[in-house]
Amino acid sequence: MSLPAPPTIIRGRTWVWPDDVNTDIIIPFRFKARTNDPVEMAKYAMYGFDPEFYKKVKPGDLFVAGRNFGGGSSREQAPVAIKYSGVAAVVAESFARIFYRNSFAIGLPTLEVPGIAKEVSQWDEMEVNLQYWTVKKVKDGKTFHALPVPEFLRELMREGGLVEFYKKHKSFPWERLQQLA
Amino acid sequence: MSQTILNDDSLTFAEKIISAKTDEGRKVHHAGEIAVLPADMAMAQDSTGPLAIKVFREMGVQKVWDPKRIHLVIDHSFPAPDEKVANLHILIREFVKQQGVRLVEGSISHQHLLENHVVPGMVLFGADSHTCQAGAIGAFATGIGSSEMAAVWASGKLWVRVPESIKINLTGQFKKGVYARDIITHFIGMVGEDGGNYKSLEWKGPAVRNLSISSRACISNNSMECGCKLSIFEVDPATQDYFKMANRKPMLEIHAGPKAHYKEEYEIDLGTLEPKVWGPGNESKVRSASEFGDDHLDEVFIGSSTNGRYEDLQVVGKILKGHKIKAGTRCIITPASRNVFERAIKDGLVETFLESGAVFTNATCGACVGTHLGVLGENETCLSTSPRNYVGRMGASTAKIYLSSPATAAASALEGHIADPRSYL
Repeated sequence: MSLPAPPTIIRGRTWVWPDDVNTDIIIPFRFKARTNDPVEMAKYAMYGFDPEFYKKVKPGDLFVAGRNFGGGSSREQAPVAIKYSGVAAVVAESFARIFYRNSFAIGLPTLEVPGIAKEVSQWDEMEVNLQYWTVKKVKDGKTFHALPVPEFLRELMREGGLVEFYKKHKSFPWERLQQLA
Repeated sequence: MSQTILNDDSLTFAEKIISAKTDEGRKVHHAGEIAVLPADMAMAQDSTGPLAIKVFREMGVQKVWDPKRIHLVIDHSFPAPDEKVANLHILIREFVKQQGVRLVEGSISHQHLLENHVVPGMVLFGADSHTCQAGAIGAFATGIGSSEMAAVWASGKLWVRVPESIKINLTGQFKKGVYARDIITHFIGMVGEDGGNYKSLEWKGPAVRNLSISSRACISNNSMECGCKLSIFEVDPATQDYFKMANRKPMLEIHAGPKAHYKEEYEIDLGTLEPKVWGPGNESKVRSASEFGDDHLDEVFIGSSTNGRYEDLQVVGKILKGHKIKAGTRCIITPASRNVFERAIKDGLVETFLESGAVFTNATCGACVGTHLGVLGENETCLSTSPRNYVGRMGASTAKIYLSSPATAAASALEGHIADPRSYL
């Protein structure tokens, strides 16, 4: 699964999604269960809302969503489809727990920013900063701090996910926590 | 193992089991902390396993940490409905052969592990969200994705955030026609789709002792629909009897301390519950079965890891016996495991199903995942005992999915619309 690790500062236009976007909307089972190829998975990204989404999305686009983004199944194909469709980061009021874990594991930047949904409209320009873990509206410069995440997970994100991390370090990021404990 | 931790009055189930199992119990881990938790067992199925295998190989790991503790289960689309699925099944079988890990085909993973492998006090990571089902017997069981599963295969460990806990006190007795499924549907209706997100649910109270292990498994399984990390019934005499009968030994009995801190507490009096129906789609509306009109049902699906156990099929048999499924409604019954399938045949349940006009299939996730054995077409309406009513889950995005207990589903199949089961019991 090799896409380059995400840049520190990501700027793009936003797609705005509602609360409770579940993984069956992000990629229905019948498609994800028939391929192991991330490029193929990306063709079904957001299929439940728009079967043509993959033709409309541009590389570097951002998602802004309401509460509980990615609820439901454990399918990692959901963040994989979003990442390989070209979306550079997902910002949401909150994420469902398995989707959130999976996003770090595959290196899809996901930032939890309570209150963001009412601040952003479709196609607004936004800037995501993975160093400071902040989100900025380009129009008025208004900046929001995402909920903090342990450093080992941010490091995992910056290095592009578990495959890239393991290839480089021959260990998993949480193994260092254990040594420190 | 530290006895101090096991006797600590102030810890929840989650805090206690994570503390006891991490760093040889040297440190207490409170809610919100991060711990690196050793796995006792790991499971992946046929729609998460292939990606985990791919990631495992891309990481360049040669051997899994412990082949005997790793289960691959081909259940979601079994037997393969088409060539693409068949090829992913081949990938799984090759990996199983290469690594010497365990393989089962044609039983739903959660039911297979409950019947054969998982025991109280275990740590089970599963690449399937409904892995939390094994909380029903007092195991730490939670769902993860494919890459993290590959990491567990490689190292036998994974990071966890110690979850906050929610206590649900169950009191009273069921009225006729009300079952475990109605409790969890009612609870999800109360707290919403993310009401349990990141949390550990602890089911307690005097009514728990009357719930069978199958009923507890239904509740723990379906708890996933409010986003929880764990859904726990502590070991009690019913759990001990279950494992004595199965001739398997619990690993560790964990009991939350009486002074444990719960973020939220709820009370449900079973005597106030009615047969419940949830859906369709993202409306998340829970209503009583008796509130529905006579809108036509194209399909009734009885099965899945939530409600495809023998206890469920028995209730369905009781309702269907001597009656016919309404013309124009197809009723599909899919057992959760090979064991349930065989018992249903031997005990004559299947004869009842077939006489009523129902279809009885092999054990699999089946229609729940919209890939075979009951896929919904444009604008069709279905009542299902499976866990999810998401748009497009069982086929066409325009299809409507309602969820209920097996009893409500069986009565509805006879009437051809959503119906209250009580007149058949």
